[in-house]
Order: sequence, then structure tokens, then C-alpha cells
Amino acid sequence: MRRLAPMLLAALAVLAAACEKKTQPTPSGEAGAQAAQGQPASAGGTPTGADTILLGQVGALTGGQATFGISTRNGIELALKEANAAGGVKGKKLAVKVYDNQSKPEEAAQATTRLITQDKVVLILGDVASSNSLAMAEKAQAAGVPMITPSSTNTTVTQKGDYIFRVCFIDPFQGFVMAKFARDELKLGKVAVLQDNKSAYSIDLSDVFTRKFKEMGGTVATTESYSQGDTDYRAQLTAIKKTQPDGIYVPGYYSEVGVIARQAREVGLKVPLMGGDGWDSEKLFELGGSAINGSYFSNHYSPDNPDARVQKFIADYKAAYGGVPDALAALGYDAARVAIEALQRAKDLSGPSVRDAIAQTKDFPGVAGTVTLDDKRNAVKSAVVLKVGDGKTQYVTTISP
Amino acid sequence: MAQLLQHLINGLAAGTIYALVALGYTMVYGVLKLINFAHGDVMMVGVYMGYASAFALGREARGSLLGIAAVFAVAMLGCALLGFIIERFAYRPLREKPRLTALITAIGISFALSYGFQLDIGFLPGASPRAFPEIIEPTEWLIIGDRDVVVWNWQIISFLIAVGLMVGLQYLVFGTRFGQAMRAVSWDHRVAALMGIPTDRVIALTFMLSSGLAAGAGLLYAIKDTSVSPLMGLYVGLKAFVAAVIGGIGHVPGAVVGALVLGLVEEFVVGYAASSWRDAVAFGFLILVLLVKPGGLFGRVAAEKV
Repeated sequence: MRRLAPMLLAALAVLAAACEKKTQPTPSGEAGAQAAQGQPASAGGTPTGADTILLGQVGALTGGQATFGISTRNGIELALKEANAAGGVKGKKLAVKVYDNQSKPEEAAQATTRLITQDKVVLILGDVASSNSLAMAEKAQAAGVPMITPSSTNTTVTQKGDYIFRVCFIDPFQGFVMAKFARDELKLGKVAVLQDNKSAYSIDLSDVFTRKFKEMGGTVATTESYSQGDTDYRAQLTAIKKTQPDGIYVPGYYSEVGVIARQAREVGLKVPLMGGDGWDSEKLFELGGSAINGSYFSNHYSPDNPDARVQKFIADYKAAYGGVPDALAALGYDAARVAIEALQRAKDLSGPSVRDAIAQTKDFPGVAGTVTLDDKRNAVKSAVVLKVGDGKTQYVTTISP
Repeated sequence: MAQLLQHLINGLAAGTIYALVALGYTMVYGVLKLINFAHGDVMMVGVYMGYASAFALGREARGSLLGIAAVFAVAMLGCALLGFIIERFAYRPLREKPRLTALITAIGISFALSYGFQLDIGFLPGASPRAFPEIIEPTEWLIIGDRDVVVWNWQIISFLIAVGLMVGLQYLVFGTRFGQAMRAVSWDHRVAALMGIPTDRVIALTFMLSSGLAAGAGLLYAIKDTSVSPLMGLYVGLKAFVAAVIGGIGHVPGAVVGALVLGLVEEFVVGYAASSWRDAVAFGFLILVLLVKPGGLFGRVAAEKV
């Protein structure tokens, strides 16, 4: 019997090793993943010669943020396919080399180095999560390769240097959008704020919201806080309830917001909740149940937008991948199209020329809003406000800077 | 005043669940002098067993007394089995080894469970948090004033289940032959063995009991906060461990009192100060108790036999 325990341990070790293989893709795994996704030859794989312009993408295809990277990749592929069908750039076809960062900043940095030194890409499309994009930006800036992040909203990403751009708005803007919406559209006078003290994103949004809301003549009755991973918010909500607010601003991520909504209803708070793009996930509806209905959040884009360009993108995306594209797919698509347009304008394909061309992007018609890059290389664009109801979101309004 | 009352209710609700988890730590420590750091993660596994069985039962699990009982039974029996396996293969081979070895193994099992459950293969649930199904249909049971204080049916039911489990445990330890054997093993397991007590069986049963109890507590926790994730065990487990130490580890009523105190302290700190103070105050309180009364509020300082 004494032998049993070591044997069991050995069996466990074998099992663990087997699991490892399944979840951790080997370096060759990316190619396999692409093949499995039915990647078209025109927009994937290694370049075939001098008649190809190679772009690079680093995104989370596995790990906790996997949906982010996959959506973005689909958007980029779609944009490249369209550009190639229209004749490519400077008489050459476009291709993209995709590396998985496994949702980890260190992997993202490594993949970026590989894109620059081995694959010699002309331009890099970054990740969604700001921490990954920050790690990439450092490498891209040092090598003088232009990088565009589709959807990293943290202010510091583009501050890494003059080769780093983004096609989405920055976090403080969302705080302003919700403050304006709460004052002008919902006509709220007194609100409470419930922020995530462990997230720079949440604190940023909450600070700007508070400042702007006060400037617009409203009052912020109280600011309570929680920590990412908490599941009991009754104490904060009870304290908020005492101030009898007309609304609550909760600029957090969907995993916490869903539970907060349920408990807010439980302690008897019936007022609307408001938040930012951290809410944008199917999980929000599961975790929040019916309690989240009637809440509002700011986002990059809405699939309900009747604009013909947006609806064509949605139809194309559905045809290619099935399902409605989320904001990340839309921003991936926009980032790739901004890049392609800049490559067309650039006088050659060297880093500095491409950089200058991207910097001159003005009034570019993206599906997630018009892109104009400011002198800090951030997109100045409008945000949409969505209303949550019965397991889906509904477009309410667009707010411009 | 109404706010104070609501905080009191919230704090008690959190405290009773900490108490049930803390009892598991205290029982195992009492019998083996082992701090079973995997206890919180066993609780987490129990929650996912309850999750799976609630879905398997579908609407039967909702509202019907039989359905709720079935969910609890599956989770508690499943966890008891898990407790047995862990004790048999991870702790028993190390029983005659220095105590530190078993402690390290316990931490290893804790991580294996909490990170293993974040994988997304086969029956494993993956890293994303999930909403626990409402196996008790929530209804407002008591409303004071203009919804100043709201008490829900599941709060009462959870409280009753928790008290029931605690009373049952107290009877088991002090009113049955098995309890007598447990206490004898706790006193000195070698002498107990000489007296004809099947120590291995008693220790295994203690583990099963504490793990089953953890599953029960986990389900009450999941009903309360609705969001479940593979890392929940680390968090609740740590808090319950602190509660057990505050009360005097190895002391059954001490664990309950310690947990209730901790639940209330946390609730009042968050409600009247700020949430960032919650853990600071909880652990500060622990340090204070250990400084003033090293054995905990109810414990006695026993000289270590050399």
C-alpha cells in the first residue's frame, strides 16, 4: 500500500504533462491555430517574396483574454482581405504574421522582438490589454517600427514614444462621456461612485467622472471602493443607499459589475448603474442576471449603428466568422485599415516614413467612429452609450469630445 | 440606525459562513495539529460540484426543498470523498514526518486545486467567474421602513442551515462515541491507538467531516454572493483561518465566535470607513489578539511536549 501514493503522484504528473500540451501552444502552434481557423492564404502565413508587405500582430489567442485577441485578429484579417481584393498597396499584396502572447506581457514583448528581428515587419498591430501593449510599445519604439494598438485605452501606452499610435479613445474620455450622459440625457442630480481600488483603469475613470460631473452642476454624494475579486459589496452599497443617489457610477470590469448589480437591487437600490467599456462582455449578462437591465455604459461602437459602413462590416464579419463582431473586432478592423491607408500614403516602407504617414491620419472613416490622430498620437473620436436589457445591449446615443 | 441594523445583518451573514469554514480548520488542527491550507480549495471544489448538480437537476433544484437537499447532498458527499482522498494520499504518508512537511503539502494541494480548476479542459470550469444558479428563489422576507432594512429568505435559510450544521457538529464531538474517539486521538494519537482506537479511521472520518462541512459552507457562500470562481477558496479560506486563530485554533465555539467577530468587523470597516481598510483591520485584529492572548480568545496556551 505504501507504494500507492508515489504511483498516484506519478500518474498525476503524467496527466499534468498531457494537459500542458493541450493548453500551452508550442511555438509552431500559432500556425496550426491559424490553419484551424481557416485563415485565407492571402492574409496569413509567411511572406512569399518581395511582392508582399508583411505586417505583424501580437494578440492574446490563449489565456484569460483569449476572446480579445481572436476578435482583433478576425477584424485585421477582414481588412487585409478587402485591401488585397482591391489591389493591395503599391502594387504589392499584404500579409500579416500573428503571434500569440498567451495573455502575458513578457510573451508580448518577446513576440514583438521576433516580428522586428526575424520577420522584419513594416508595422505592428498591438494588443487589446494595455499591459501587453505597454510591453510591446517599448520594443517597437526602440527598434523604430511603427505600432498601432487597436484598443488599449490606458493613457500611458502612446506616451512610450513617437512610433506608438492608437485608434481608440483614452480612458479619461470615457469618464467625461458618462458624466455628460448622466447630466444631459438622464438628468441626474446626485450620484454615487463605486470604484475598483486595485485597477488604474477604474480609478482614472472615476476621477474624471467626478470632476466633470461636478463641473456640469451635479453632486457626487459619496465615493466608495472595492477590490478586484471581492464578491460581497453589501457594506458599500448600504452606505451608498443612505445617501439616496439618483444613479451609481461603477467603472469596473464585468466580473465584478454583474455581482454589484445584483446586490444593489438586493439592498434596495433601484437607480441605474453606469460604467465604461470594461463592461463589454457576454459574461455581464450571466453574472448580472435581470439586475443589470436598465444600466448604461460607454463603449467604442454599437452593432445597432444604422450607418451603411458599419452594417456592411457586420455582414462581412458574420459571413466570414459567424456571430456579431464585438468592439474589439471593429477596432482591429479599423486599426488595420488605418495602417493600410498610411502605407499607401507613405513615400516608402521605412519606419520613419510609415510613422509620419500614420501621424497624418485625419478624418479616417472607421466602423468604430472617425479616426483623427492628435499630436499625442491618440485618436480623437466619439464614444457610444449602450443600454443593457435582457441579455443584450441597445444603442442609445453617440457623444463627441 | 437602519443602516446599522442592515450592516449587522450583512456582517452576521458573512460571519456564519466564515464560521462553517473555520470549523473545518479547527477540527483538523484539533485532531492532527495540522493546518490544512487546502481547506478553502476543497470548499471551492464543493461549490462547483453543487453548481454542476444544480444544472443537472435543472428547475427541480430551484425552490423545491428536495432539490436544494439534493444539491447539498451531492456537494457535501463529493467533498467528503475528496477529503478522504487527500488525507489518504497526501497527508497520511507524511504523518510521522516533521509537521512542516505536511504543511507544505497542504499548500501544494491548495494550489493544485485552485489553479487546476482554472484550466478549461474536460469537466474543469475554466478561469472566468460564473453565476451560481439561484437554487433558493429570492424573496424579501422582512422589510422595515421604506426598505431601510431588507432581510431575504435565503439569508434566514442560510443562517438556519449554518446553525444546524454547527449544533450537529457540537453534538457529534461531545455526544457520540466517535466524538469521544476524536477527542482521544486529538489528545495523543499514539496512546489512543494503544487503547484500541482505530486512529487512521478516526482521522480519515475527521477529514471527511471537515471537507463535507466546507462544501456546505461554500454553497451558502455561493447562494449569498452568486459569483463563483476557482480562486474563491484561497480568499475565503484565508479569512476563515484568521477567524479560527482569533477564536483559538482547535476550539470549536471559539472558531464560531472568531468568525462572527471577523464578519462584523469587516462589514463595519467597509461600511463606515473604506474597503481598502478591510484586510488591514482584519489582520491587524489578528495580530492584536495574538499579542494580548496568544492562544486566541478562547484558547489556552499549552506548553509543547518535548
